[in-house]
Order: sequence, then C-alpha cells, then structure tokens
Amino acid sequence: MAVPETVSGAVPAGVPVRSNRRRVVRRILHNPLALTGLAVLTIAVILAVFANWLAPHDPTQTHLSNAFSPPGTAGYWLGTDDLGRDVLSRIMFGLRASLHVAVLAVAFSLVIGVPLGLIAGYFGPVDALISRFTDLVLAFPFLILAVGLAAIRGASLGNAAIAIGIAQIPGMIRIVRSETLRLKSLDFVAAAIVEGAGDAWVLARHILPNAGSVIIVQATVGIPAAILGEAVLSFLGLGIQPPAPSLGTMLSDAQQFASRAPWAAVMPGVAIMLLTLAFNIVGDSLRDALDPKASRR
Amino acid sequence: MKPVLQVKDLSVTFRTEDGMLSAVDRVSLEVGDGEVLAVVGESGCGKSVTAMSLAGLLPRTATVDGSVTLDGTELIGADKRTLRSIRGREVAYIFQEPMTSLNPVFTVGHQISEVLRTHIGLDRQAAQARAIELLTLVGIPSADRRINDYPHQLSGGMRQRVMIAMAVACDPKVLIADEPTTALDVTIQAGILDVLRELRERLGTSIVLITHDLGVVADLADRVAVMYAGRVVETAEVHELFANPQHPYTAGLLGASPAAGRHAETHRLSEIPGLVPVLAEQPDACTFADRCPRATEVCTSSQPELTPGAHRVACWHPVRESVEV
Repeated sequence: MAVPETVSGAVPAGVPVRSNRRRVVRRILHNPLALTGLAVLTIAVILAVFANWLAPHDPTQTHLSNAFSPPGTAGYWLGTDDLGRDVLSRIMFGLRASLHVAVLAVAFSLVIGVPLGLIAGYFGPVDALISRFTDLVLAFPFLILAVGLAAIRGASLGNAAIAIGIAQIPGMIRIVRSETLRLKSLDFVAAAIVEGAGDAWVLARHILPNAGSVIIVQATVGIPAAILGEAVLSFLGLGIQPPAPSLGTMLSDAQQFASRAPWAAVMPGVAIMLLTLAFNIVGDSLRDALDPKASRR
Repeated sequence: MKPVLQVKDLSVTFRTEDGMLSAVDRVSLEVGDGEVLAVVGESGCGKSVTAMSLAGLLPRTATVDGSVTLDGTELIGADKRTLRSIRGREVAYIFQEPMTSLNPVFTVGHQISEVLRTHIGLDRQAAQARAIELLTLVGIPSADRRINDYPHQLSGGMRQRVMIAMAVACDPKVLIADEPTTALDVTIQAGILDVLRELRERLGTSIVLITHDLGVVADLADRVAVMYAGRVVETAEVHELFANPQHPYTAGLLGASPAAGRHAETHRLSEIPGLVPVLAEQPDACTFADRCPRATEVCTSSQPELTPGAHRVACWHPVRESVEV
C-alpha cells in the first residue's frame, strides 16, 4: 500500500472530534457580538411571550389623569401616551405582535419560496415559468397587495403576515434558485448522480444542505424587513386593530403629539431598531458558524 | 476474454448555435474483466465526453448513438430506473477534481456510509465499520478518526482517496477514472496509482483510465486506446504500443513526452505542430492529415478505418519501423 501523505490543516490525531452541532454552538458562544445579539433577542422573546405577567399595566387601560407622563415617572418607567397608557406595557405587547407577524411571514416565504427556488434552479424547463411568476410578484406594489388582501379578508395580524410573506417570496425564490444553479454544476452533485442518486435525493441531501447558509441569511434579513413591514401596515391601519398595540401602531399614534411627548414615538422606535439589529447580528454569526470551511477564531 | 464493458460505434453530437458538433465519432472500446484500459489523447479529443456518456452524464444538448453494454445490459437509451440501479453498483466514477467532488457539509464517513446504506442496505453501524475498512483500503491512516473529518480538513490527495473509497464502496465491476491524478502532485499521483493497482488486484475491478499522461499509462494500463478528434486512431496492448507505435499521432505523443535515460542535452523533445481541429461534422478524411508529416493526397480525400487484429490502427501510412522508447 502507498505511503500515506501528511494532511495539512487537519485536526492533529488525538484531538477529540466534535460533532457538527457542538461546533456550531461553540462558535456562537465564543463570539461576543453574537452573544449580545442572542441576549437581546432572548430578552425580547421573554418580554413578548410573558407580557401578560411581566407588563406593569394593561396595555389598553387608559389613565387619563396620568397622560403624557415623561419617562421615569413612578409606575410608568417609559412614560405614558396621550391617553395615559403605559408605553412599557404597550411595547411588550407590541413586541409580541411584531415577532408573531415576522415569524409567520418568513415561515410563509420559506415554505413557498425554498421549494420553488430549488425546482426552478434544478429543473430547466419550469425555470422560465417560475422566474416569470417571481417577476410578476415583484412588479406588483406591495402596499396595493396588502390593501387588496385586507379588503377581501379583513385587516388583521394574520393577513398582514400573509401579505408580507408574499412580498418576500420572490427574493427567496431568486436566492435559492441561483444557489441551486451554482451547486448543481459542482462535481459532488455529478458524483452523487453517478452513484445512483435520484433527483429528490440530490435536492434534499446535496443541494439544500449546501444552500442552507444563504437561506438562513435571507430569512434573517427577512425578519427585520417583516417587522418594519408590519409597522408600515399597522401605521396605515391595515395590520393589528386598535386598541391592541403593535410597535407600528404606537409610532403612528405618537406622531400626532410627537412634540409634546416624543418618548411615545422614540421608545417603540428604539425597540424596532434593537430587534432588527439583533436579528441581523445573530443571522450573520449563525451563517459564519454554520460554514464548515470557516476557520476557528 | 469476455468483455465486461463493451462500447460499439458510440457517437456523441452536441446541438449548438453553430450547428451540430461531433465530439465522439463511432468509437468502439472493450474492457475485459480486471483489465485496465487507458484512453489517451490531447485535450479536446473526446476522452471525457466518451467517459461521461458511459454513465449518461451528458447534458440535454447531446445526442448519443451507438451501444454501450455493461455485462449485457444496454445503457444507451436505458430508462432512469435502470441507470440508477447500475450507477454506483455496477459502474462507478472518479472525477478529475478532488476539491469539489465531495459534499462540503457532510463528513467523509457520513458520505461513504450513505452510499453503503442506500445501495446495500447496511445499517448505520455496519456502514460505519465498512467505511473505515474502505478508507483503510485506500491508504488513509487512522481511518477510524478520519471518518469524522469534513472534506476541507483533508488534502487533495486524501480527498481523491476518499473519492476512490466511495466509488468502490459497492464493489463495482467497472471503475471509470477521468484523469484521477491530473490535479495532484507527482508524489501523490504515485500513491493514487498504487491504490488503483491494488484495487484491481484485490477486487478484480476493471478500470477505464482517461488520461493524457503517458507515464500514468505505462504505469497502470494493460491496453491503450489513442483518441484523436473524437475517433480512436490506434489501440494495442500497452508494451506493443510503446515499443511499436503505428499511427503518426501516437508516435508524436510518445516523442513529445520525456522518458528516463534520454537527456535534454542530446534529445530535444519533439512536438506535434498545430492543434486539435475544432469539432465539426466529421469530414470524409483523416482528421490528423493537417498535422501529419506523412500525409498524402489519400489522407485528405478518404477516411481510414481501423485495421483488424490485436494492434489496430486507422491510418493510410502507418509507421512501420520500431521507435526507441
């Protein structure tokens, strides 16, 4: 048998080999930026999920005698709005609505966009059909779509999520399609085919896992975009219905008295910004951690 | 010897914007049980297209005519089901580029076990044990630890060994190696050739070796088919071909490759003038005529056919005298 050549850049013999999942977790834990983003997200999720118990006040309860209390007022740490509603409590419940819409919308775009993207990239003949469909959706104004959907099915959080999800499908299809086109020309896909793999197997085991990082990045870009989209729709009255709070409706309400009580607009605005930033940071770190080729820090 | 793989009058044409291009023209090859057949020629001679058509890997723009039989089963025009049952089990492939031939997101052990589990139906543990055996067979040290490595943690030579391990996992009858050593260092090439030789001896695998490296041919092959511009121009047993090349193109190839014992000061390597012709409809002429020092009128007006016998050559004016190797 041949003399084995030495392996460069490999783990030296004797070092315990870790599983993929443990490696990803370890990489995340060793990245301070990722930890910060993760912490912000965790706090946001806890606040949103347990808002019923954590919120100091009922978010819809008005306290007219305490209207326009500035931040720091005892009992109202982030102040109150024009009707004396507690801004902190409303942000907690607003976070719940925003996260709810964002997760639904992105899940919707994933469920529809990823399979269509894979099919368009892998099977030549249907590519033109799917690609023209994405062009059509892209050309259609998002707000008209949302207004139309609200007119047919009524304005609600769920319909806002569907509208945002539809708007995000073309981007997802295009990203997945181009990645599929790139991957299917690589030798390991040809190698899988000559080993007897069928189309479904190649797509599920060879193309999808390798496209995972771009899908994750696209999804994490989609979540903050969906949060902003929800804010826009609620601002226009097409999303969540008053008096229930969302970060978007809080902004829209606060603009009427922005000079008198700027905190009522600034606080939900900061919440949107932090949430968006945290999602972007976590998405980037996750992509780096999932890449088996990335060198260890 | 009954051939395991028999290629008869295989033609491959591509539909392009410039019309039909003929990449392979009525190629016939035979590979016996446990035999190593080398297919040699310059770049653009149709070697890789021939290899790809054996596994049905050609793009949709290609038209394939002729017959490829593996142990009596016709592969050209076979339905997807038949092809899938043959691929991996009966005929396996090794690609030229080891850096991209492995899936980067799974460990090498996982990739080998997956082939074993889907084709042979081994359970997880048996597949894992067999994967370690296979990696040991192809000369990977401490294979029990290496199976947990990702492809990027291995060097090019190691990856090529893993590719070979995966290709022979299901004990295929025929292994098609498309320039398996081209992308590797010379020292590592020798190791890979040792692995292929070992496989042939231990498992009795027939090998179709596609290469342009005559050193590799001399090292491993039993028989050689020389291709030029989509046609087989000469085929012979390896020692016979090296000692007594008949086609001027073969003689040119041998003259252009350095050999031990010949010194640069006294022996300038000869070259073949010109380039492989652009693929087109095959003319009724010898395709090598333009570059051939022995060409006469008949070469440009009529296409020579392969002579019968053990040493076959397609040439109007074959080289008769033996050439120093």
